[in-house]
Amino acid sequence: MLARSAALICCLLALGLGLGAAPAPAADQLMMATTTSTEDTGLLNYLAPLFQKDTGIELKWTSTGTGKALELGKNCDVDVVLVHAPGAEMKFVDSGAGINRRQVMYNDYVLLGPAGDPAKVKGQTMAQALAALRGAKATFVSRGDKSGTHMMEQSLWKKGGGQVPEQEPWYLQAGQGMFSTLALAGEKKGYTICDRGTFFKFEADNQGQPPIVVLLEGEPELLNQYSVIEVNPAKCPQAKQALAKRFGDWLVSPQGQQLIAGFKAHGKQLFTPNAGK
Amino acid sequence: MDYILDGLAQALRLLFGGDPETFSALWATVFSSSLAMLASLLLGLPLGFWLGHGRFRGQRLVRTVVDTGLALPTVLIGLVVYAFLSRRGPLGHWGLLFTLPGLAIGQAILALPVVVALTASAVESLDRRLGMTLLTLGASRRQLALTTMWEARHGLLAAAVNAYGRVVTEVGIAMMVGGNIKWHTRTVTTAIALETGKGEFAQGIALGMVLLAFALLVNLCLIRLRRGATP
Repeated sequence: MLARSAALICCLLALGLGLGAAPAPAADQLMMATTTSTEDTGLLNYLAPLFQKDTGIELKWTSTGTGKALELGKNCDVDVVLVHAPGAEMKFVDSGAGINRRQVMYNDYVLLGPAGDPAKVKGQTMAQALAALRGAKATFVSRGDKSGTHMMEQSLWKKGGGQVPEQEPWYLQAGQGMFSTLALAGEKKGYTICDRGTFFKFEADNQGQPPIVVLLEGEPELLNQYSVIEVNPAKCPQAKQALAKRFGDWLVSPQGQQLIAGFKAHGKQLFTPNAGK
Repeated sequence: MDYILDGLAQALRLLFGGDPETFSALWATVFSSSLAMLASLLLGLPLGFWLGHGRFRGQRLVRTVVDTGLALPTVLIGLVVYAFLSRRGPLGHWGLLFTLPGLAIGQAILALPVVVALTASAVESLDRRLGMTLLTLGASRRQLALTTMWEARHGLLAAAVNAYGRVVTEVGIAMMVGGNIKWHTRTVTTAIALETGKGEFAQGIALGMVLLAFALLVNLCLIRLRRGATP
């Protein structure tokens, strides 16, 4: 009976190991760290197979907040990063961790809040709007996770003349992804800052009747710029910089830019290509 | 709350429609958890026997350390294993970060205290006279150990089932060390986290059901095994 049980265990394990070993890696593999928005919108699922068809390079990515994505680059754990926090990116390049930063595309942030707009931010500039929120002690939900969106929000508070709120009772730091943060803001009828792509998705999920709506949009400082940066091979000898460069070249090429412009979710274009501009 | 019903229907579609992404995630889960269980049982069973059977100085201290290990947060294991496996880390040259064997290392660390603690308890709860009797009958140390383990087999199975439950359901290590890479290290749990983050709640619930169905299958196998092992 011992033999029988042992045989059964071995069968189970062999099943597990055999199945796992099945998909064999063949092509050149490029490892990228990127932000949640490029994965959650489906952009990478759309671009990666096209990139592989053109170049034979398989793109693998791990999606996380911009802060962690840059940290992975700094630690030589990835070959290339695609992120959206220009300030942090500059530091990344200046410290020698990354080279050849190129802008790829943008979308924009919007200020959302309840349609009734109790703090009266509609029609104001972003700086005035944040000052109004602060004055009215209106509930504001922040990502609070050092993501690109969070860093953008912090810089907007600073531009609005003042400290970034921290322990104020009306300022809620979700510490979660954009979609969860939107859901939280919707439940609390609070204000929040969100990239337009995630808001489209939220709107569609709520049958076009979201609990919070766009109150402020279209200011140049609400631009959300995405850039591709190669990890510096001088710092990270194992980094596949040649492959990383080919990926960057492909993204900023007329063809790559056209593909980005053609990407739609819920019938709407999510990203505007702007390489070399 | 349509999510739950939608999720259930979607789970059936994923399983019986042979959705490749779901099966890829399921394979990643099965592969890494099997590897982790193999390692934790190989290490944990002898350690647990030693801890439960032996009498040595500092035994209570070791026991306390192992019991504390039961409370290891998965996110912490993920961070520490990441720090070791990162290319900048001491084991970076192994190239195991963002791979399933790397993930299995973290999961084995998660499972090890469970296996050791429960094995020790199972061995401790046996009749103390068993060892004496075996020795007077002329059993060698090896025979003593094997017979003791055999007598404790139900407890050992419970240890394995418990450890397995923690390993297949954890998400912190899989995110940090595995990296949730599509077609490679995306496990069922990281896929659930991803779908939830995207607001695809029904899909998340569906994947949860898939994982539960798989756990049911494993446990059915174990019940058979248990029956077979009952004299």
